[in-house]
Amino acid sequence: MTTAEAHKSNGIKKDLAIYVCLLILAGFQFVIAYQNINASQMLTRMLAVACLEAGLAALFFMHLWTEKRTFLLFVAIFTISVLLGMQYGWTDSSRMVVGAPYSSANK
Amino acid sequence: MSQADLSMEGHSTVLTVGPVFSIPTKKLAMWLFIIADTMTFAACLVAYGFVRNGSLDWPRPFHSITNVVLMTFILLTSSLTMLFGLRSARAGDKAAAFRWTMISAALGIVFALLHIREWMALISEGMTLFKNPWGNGLFGASFFSITGLHLSHVTGGVIALIAVGMRYKGGRYNSDDIEVLGLYWHFVDLVWMFVVPLVYLLNLAH
Repeated sequence: MTTAEAHKSNGIKKDLAIYVCLLILAGFQFVIAYQNINASQMLTRMLAVACLEAGLAALFFMHLWTEKRTFLLFVAIFTISVLLGMQYGWTDSSRMVVGAPYSSANK
Repeated sequence: MSQADLSMEGHSTVLTVGPVFSIPTKKLAMWLFIIADTMTFAACLVAYGFVRNGSLDWPRPFHSITNVVLMTFILLTSSLTMLFGLRSARAGDKAAAFRWTMISAALGIVFALLHIREWMALISEGMTLFKNPWGNGLFGASFFSITGLHLSHVTGGVIALIAVGMRYKGGRYNSDDIEVLGLYWHFVDLVWMFVVPLVYLLNLAH
């Protein structure tokens, strides 16, 4: 086997390993869906697994890991900060159900 | 050395410093598109979460996960075949690269057909954009808009895979174009990892 062939073979092995990891993580999500837990716990666990999957896919399938570190940091910091910024609305959605703390029903 | 020479030297030093990201233009453009598209999907999913959390009678219409398991498996496998296509393209094996790209496109078509089949089943049960027989009418709007946005990405991706694959085979495109398209295809896969738990698994009928 030449060096190029060996390099290609190693690369394919790594791709297959990441693919199997992603399949297992996707399987975890389906297992969590059938656990006897409440919706918020289920959501937290599923999102944690989804973030792990997304991280693996972005780093290895999309080759972000082999890009320059400044680019990796730019993508990660920019994307994560905007995504976190979007989460402020969740707390307000509870107000629609329980009417607290700003609802006139509580006065 | 004159002041002008000094300033010219300083100027050229600035110019010869490499770009910050050292990334080809096409790839950078695709990454910027992906970041923007991430925000679009995230906004849809957050809006969906807001409505779902604020509704007491949110429907749970899904009785089986067989279809969504199959769809997930197909999409993940298509990402793997896309990687194989890229490796073949980089190795200069045009025939194999074209073959793997077309296999990825075929898997994308199967995914889209399964998706449409699921839509038809829900529609036949009485679900539309604004009403459904199970509870809050907004479920249909959020379900169809999120899965529809994803399905349109898959459809666009399949068309792009076929077009780029053909042009690569014809010699008009090179392995860089396969790589850029691969980024998009993996992104479509990545988004599905969030759509499945939020839209399908949290709405399973227990």
